[in-house]
Amino acid sequence: MLKFPLAPPQASNIAKAYDPLFNTLLALTVIFTLIVCVGVIFFAIRYREGSKADRSRPLYEHLTLELTWTIIPTILGLVMFVWGTIVFIKMKNPPKDSQEIFVIGKQWMWHVEHSNGVRENNTLHVPVGRNVKLTMISEDVLHAFYIPAFRVQMGVVPGRYTTLWFNCNKAGEYHIFCNMYCGTQHSEMGGKVVAMEPKEFEEWLANGGQSSAPMSMEQAGAKVYAKVHCDNCHGKEDNLHAPSLYGIYGKRRVFADGTSLIADNEYLRESIVQPYNHITAGYGQTMPAYQNQLSEVDLINLVAYIKSLGSTIEPAPSSLVNRASAITEATHSNSSTTLKTNAEQYNEEDHNATPTHRGKAPAVGAIAAEGKDR
Amino acid sequence: MSSTVITTDGLLPKPQAEEVNYLNVEHTISSWLLTGDHKRIAILYLISTTFFFFLGSVAAGLIRYELTSPAGVALESDTYNKVFTAHGVIMVFGFLVVAIPAVFGNFVLPLCIGARDLAFPRLNLGSWYMYMTGGSIILAGMITGGVDTGWTFYTPYSSMYSNTQVSLVLVGIFIAGFSTITTGINFVVTIHKMRAPGMTWFRLPLFVWAMYATSLQMILATPVVAITLLLVVVERTFKLPIFSPELGGDPVLFQHLFWFYSHPAVYIMILPGFAVVSELIANFSRKRIFGYHFVAFSSLAIAGLGFLVWGHHMFVSSQSMYESIVFSLLSYLVAVPSAVKIFNWTATMYKGNVRLASPMIYALAFLMIFTIGGLTGLFLGSAGSDIHLTATYFVVAHFHYVMVGGVSLAYMGALHYWWPKMTGRMYAEGIAKANAILIFVGFNLTFFPQFIVGYLGMPRRYHYYYFAPEFQAYHIMSTLGSSVLGLGFILPAFYLTYSLFKGKKAPANPWGAHGLEWETSSPPPVTNFLETPIVMDEVYDFDPVSEHAENMKALEKAEQAENTSEGQH
Repeated sequence: MLKFPLAPPQASNIAKAYDPLFNTLLALTVIFTLIVCVGVIFFAIRYREGSKADRSRPLYEHLTLELTWTIIPTILGLVMFVWGTIVFIKMKNPPKDSQEIFVIGKQWMWHVEHSNGVRENNTLHVPVGRNVKLTMISEDVLHAFYIPAFRVQMGVVPGRYTTLWFNCNKAGEYHIFCNMYCGTQHSEMGGKVVAMEPKEFEEWLANGGQSSAPMSMEQAGAKVYAKVHCDNCHGKEDNLHAPSLYGIYGKRRVFADGTSLIADNEYLRESIVQPYNHITAGYGQTMPAYQNQLSEVDLINLVAYIKSLGSTIEPAPSSLVNRASAITEATHSNSSTTLKTNAEQYNEEDHNATPTHRGKAPAVGAIAAEGKDR
Repeated sequence: MSSTVITTDGLLPKPQAEEVNYLNVEHTISSWLLTGDHKRIAILYLISTTFFFFLGSVAAGLIRYELTSPAGVALESDTYNKVFTAHGVIMVFGFLVVAIPAVFGNFVLPLCIGARDLAFPRLNLGSWYMYMTGGSIILAGMITGGVDTGWTFYTPYSSMYSNTQVSLVLVGIFIAGFSTITTGINFVVTIHKMRAPGMTWFRLPLFVWAMYATSLQMILATPVVAITLLLVVVERTFKLPIFSPELGGDPVLFQHLFWFYSHPAVYIMILPGFAVVSELIANFSRKRIFGYHFVAFSSLAIAGLGFLVWGHHMFVSSQSMYESIVFSLLSYLVAVPSAVKIFNWTATMYKGNVRLASPMIYALAFLMIFTIGGLTGLFLGSAGSDIHLTATYFVVAHFHYVMVGGVSLAYMGALHYWWPKMTGRMYAEGIAKANAILIFVGFNLTFFPQFIVGYLGMPRRYHYYYFAPEFQAYHIMSTLGSSVLGLGFILPAFYLTYSLFKGKKAPANPWGAHGLEWETSSPPPVTNFLETPIVMDEVYDFDPVSEHAENMKALEKAEQAENTSEGQH
């Protein structure tokens, strides 16, 4: 259904200062427009040719009147100018205690770097209730960094730093737009601000850009295992429905048609996506095929988890090194494939970078190495 | 009319055949293409600007169609970027800057002041050729690959990154710019030196005053943009360090130079609109314009201050904060003379005898729309409130309220007002009035939603907005409106053309208007006036009181007649 919103969210201290200014200007606009429109229509009707209205002593010049409608708009204008300037000066001067985040604009992405080295693309994580100052520069052409919900915008210029600052007052996600035309994919050079409570934000920053500690492949695989309910059928022991997966890795499997294979990565993956190719002797065609249901990342993690089942070694401890593998894309399986080239291009440049899934569906701007379902 | 004009009446026997006028004096193609007659050159401009307006409108239609869906409908992003650039470049340089001065200024200005032609007829023809050469080069650039920089040509994108036909189009604009400069010079000299006896400065119609202010700006501002655009071409071609920081240049310098022209250019576009509206309001209110001196001087004040406000386009460009504050203050000051004009126009109707003919409806629509366009300018002139709005659809809506609602409505008003004078034919008044209302409605439907979607944060020059689907409703409204508006611009092409063949013959002064152009025949003879007119009366010398008394007498008579006829039954 089409929606008709009338104002953007008001999510920063700047927005709080801005909106009264805007609304006052709006009120003045409405009043003056009404004066003119009513005047025009009223005079056009009352003094239409042939109407009986009195025309004696028509006015041609009237100094007092001229001065009135020169001086009143001038005064009102100056008041609005001063007010606008006060807001502007506030916008232009970040407080000294501001937390600094660096932003680099390039055709056609935003690259963000936090003080501890955590980097993200097309997404900006910020804490709520703290002064945040962005120091920005462009690698190529002019860009402009624009967050409508915060009422802040600043040009991003090659060869010099520009800044903007805000103090976000509401956790949530807000649009980032590039608002200076910069070439072919200008309209797609955007993303979102993720405003988090300070504690959450600190954790996110400490975890290297994830809301919880990074997981090992086995941990991630366990999540997939639970999510698609493998354990409904596959128990610790072989049962009526399905063979057990415990200790299955590396064993020879004998199939219903008499052939056999070693259960390696290849076999385990195939048994998940196309289970009927090699059915273990003694079982029927009951398992659903997961072809196109799970992403390759999910499958790799799932196989890693299955490998670990029944082995004496505990799942490997989490480490920052493999945080990229922690993406659980189970929920993203339906994300659009259009504009993928764009996302892949980002990954080639920086393997820690986040692919930006800006499909045709509403913003799915994926957050740095973070699954949606956590 | 009380000005003493010696006409043919009484002096010469009335000719039996159709009078010789500028249209039928010669019929060869070369008599048009090599003419020195300002009226014929105006017709050449009318045809060519209409052609460019049509091309620009097609591009606008494509843009609106594309934006109905958040992920686009038919175009690739590259194509979309070329289309909106084509729309901007063609509309600004091919239509808005040129339209009213070159068509109506050319045609009416010498008539208004009782001159036989402009001061430099051959230069005038040369202006048209420069305009056509520039226009053709621009079109050649669009056809052989297009340009994707936007009409503002911001560096370093335009000078180092875009691999489209930037240089060719810039050269086209450069040449077309000279056409504007020479037209400006021609007007200034004509107004200074060629006024008829008795036509003092303060007897000049306000149309002439505003044309004068426009011409000053054309002469002073256009060379700057011409050089600036040439610098871009030089940087593109020879990699000389001017604007690109990679080479050692300054990208923001371009914006200063560009807006030093392009902000005055806004006034170059709108002042002629003011010029027309002043004429229309006074003549159709049948009353001298209220505060003539204030209206006249406000044009000059706008022209002067207009040179000092360019920085308000650059509040987020990285110019210094103090610079922004000064530009913001000056922008507020330039708003005042515009407000003064609006109030004076409105007050003119007070105790007038308002005739709601089609040109007047355009003028009134202009008043209401321009008021909104001007007031929303205050949001953008204040540095604080501009930060959130700059480069969004709010800006798009604002300048379309000024440019389309302002200039184009004034243009339509002028076209309907002077059409009988230019062609000697009357059009169908009923359909013209309906069309004026159609344009008013279509215009507001198109551009009002853009204010809201801009305030929500929709950036201009965006092809996609699938990441912000909340914008879609307003885009759909806008596109619906644009089809109504489009119809409003197409209809006149039919009924005006029809009038050329089937329209009633126009008398010398079909509107009962005041002004020298209405004292010569329609269409005027080649030399405009058979004898040089001598001006004895004041400008807009209407007498609303006695006119009203006459109207009342006529009304009484009609009522009496009705009563007696009723009595007989």
